Amino acid sequence: MTRVLVPTGALGLGYDRAALDRGVAMRPDIIAVDGGSTDSGPSYLGLGVSKYSRAATKAEWRELMQARAAAGVPLVIGTAGTCGADAAVDWLLDITREIAAEDGMRARVATLRSGQPAGRVKAALAAGRVRALPAAPEISDGVIDACTNIVALAGVEQVAAALATGADIVIAGRTTDTAIIAALPILRGDHAGAAWHGAKVGECGALATTHPNSGVIQIDFDATGFTVEPMLPEAAATPYTVSAHMLYENSDPFILYEPGGHLDVTGSDYRALDGRRVRVEGSRWVPGRYTVKLEGARVVGHQAVGLAVIRDRRYVQNARAWAADVTAQVCQKIRARMGLAAEEFAVELRLIGMDATLGALETRHEMPLEVGVLGIVTCPTAEQAAEAAKMLNPYLLHHPLTEDEPMPTFAFPFSPAEMQRGALYEFCLNHVMELDDPMEAFVLDVHEVGHA
Amino acid sequence: MPELGQLVSKVRSKNAGPFWLTIDVFCDTPAVYDRVRKGLRDEAVARLFGVDRQLLKRFDIASLNVVKFSVPRPVVQGTRADRDMHGAGWACLLEELQID
Repeated sequence: MTRVLVPTGALGLGYDRAALDRGVAMRPDIIAVDGGSTDSGPSYLGLGVSKYSRAATKAEWRELMQARAAAGVPLVIGTAGTCGADAAVDWLLDITREIAAEDGMRARVATLRSGQPAGRVKAALAAGRVRALPAAPEISDGVIDACTNIVALAGVEQVAAALATGADIVIAGRTTDTAIIAALPILRGDHAGAAWHGAKVGECGALATTHPNSGVIQIDFDATGFTVEPMLPEAAATPYTVSAHMLYENSDPFILYEPGGHLDVTGSDYRALDGRRVRVEGSRWVPGRYTVKLEGARVVGHQAVGLAVIRDRRYVQNARAWAADVTAQVCQKIRARMGLAAEEFAVELRLIGMDATLGALETRHEMPLEVGVLGIVTCPTAEQAAEAAKMLNPYLLHHPLTEDEPMPTFAFPFSPAEMQRGALYEFCLNHVMELDDPMEAFVLDVHEVGHA
Repeated sequence: MPELGQLVSKVRSKNAGPFWLTIDVFCDTPAVYDRVRKGLRDEAVARLFGVDRQLLKRFDIASLNVVKFSVPRPVVQGTRADRDMHGAGWACLLEELQID
């Protein structure tokens, strides 16, 4: 039997402190926490940075390091620093060293790096060992070279190798959400289908319970299945909350692809052991070729934005025509004054209050009280974006609906009116790469921290 | 005809990775589930999200009283044309769809 304690769905999101203490008192074999995902968009991977504040991360990580020391078991984090790029692993390692020094703690830390050199991915592509997943974008050597970061998602083999170093703390770069939870149960010979399925249930912390924000959940894995129990006494796991979690952010609620195979929960049986614990059996692990998923992000331009608010009723009623006119005139001016060709830049006005969320797919067309006009310019360089946004400025402030009317002025919330957004990143890989040896694309290092 | 959102307890849309969107319709009771399952046509849902019907994946899950759809994201997450980084706003389209 292997007992895994998951403190929260992601480090930085918070958790119930008393529930964490209760989890530690239950004597887990390992504490596992996720550090990120792609869900916040491509810029975190592109830049190799965390979306959560360093202070919040450090405060929670310190508590988890203390919990680990109290329990005397390993602490493992996957997808460190939101994106799991090598720079994000270094960022968390740095925080770990600081905490160890400040608290007089000593620990052996293993880092597992998932960053991929472009050369490796290009060689795999040339060798026919990179395969596109459904809805993948076209790739080429050029696209791979343009990525500022490429990561491969590690599975249980790489996390198990990190644990095998005898590490107290494992800081892993990009891993699958499930791998950090499934690794120890699989290493110890628990049921493989149960290990992956229980890991999927636990990867978002207490999200699969009646009290999602309490964070802390415990999963017991054994030879035939797994048992889920939330650590907040008021929280309950029910067959419904546990089975429904397979829907969450999964395009297929029954099949989950992982390195080296897939999980099939079609035949899983969910049974309430009491009012707040659920037992699951019948999940199947189906071995397959050893592949790891790749993620990459590249810069596709630079942006600046401006925001104006239109309250005047006549302008609100004619906002679409007004925005179309502004867009056409600004584009013409940018071409003429900056010498950019039409395909080199873009100006888009999103009408907040009308269709800013859904765009052309919007089905409702009601007249709002006011309209926020979010002007977005995208250019090859940051300097050009700043210039183009300044050309947009007078239109957002004063553009009249007709030539023969008094000049209108709209509401600008800020001065300066333009905001530099920096680089626009795009995800450009949705592919898997075949490996002969799970460790060949990952780098494992051991660091002793807190030593004089 | 009622809107779907008036019949069910929740309609949720989320990214399933940067390239896919998944929409879960939680029906609560077998009676509502049955009505929703029959009332929601694949063509109408594909049209709502502007995707090819052949690419729409559908799961009718009686044990959960859930109807689930997955589609290639109408625009890839985080690209210049993306308007909703986490993909949660698309649920409104289905929520406000009138069904038999």
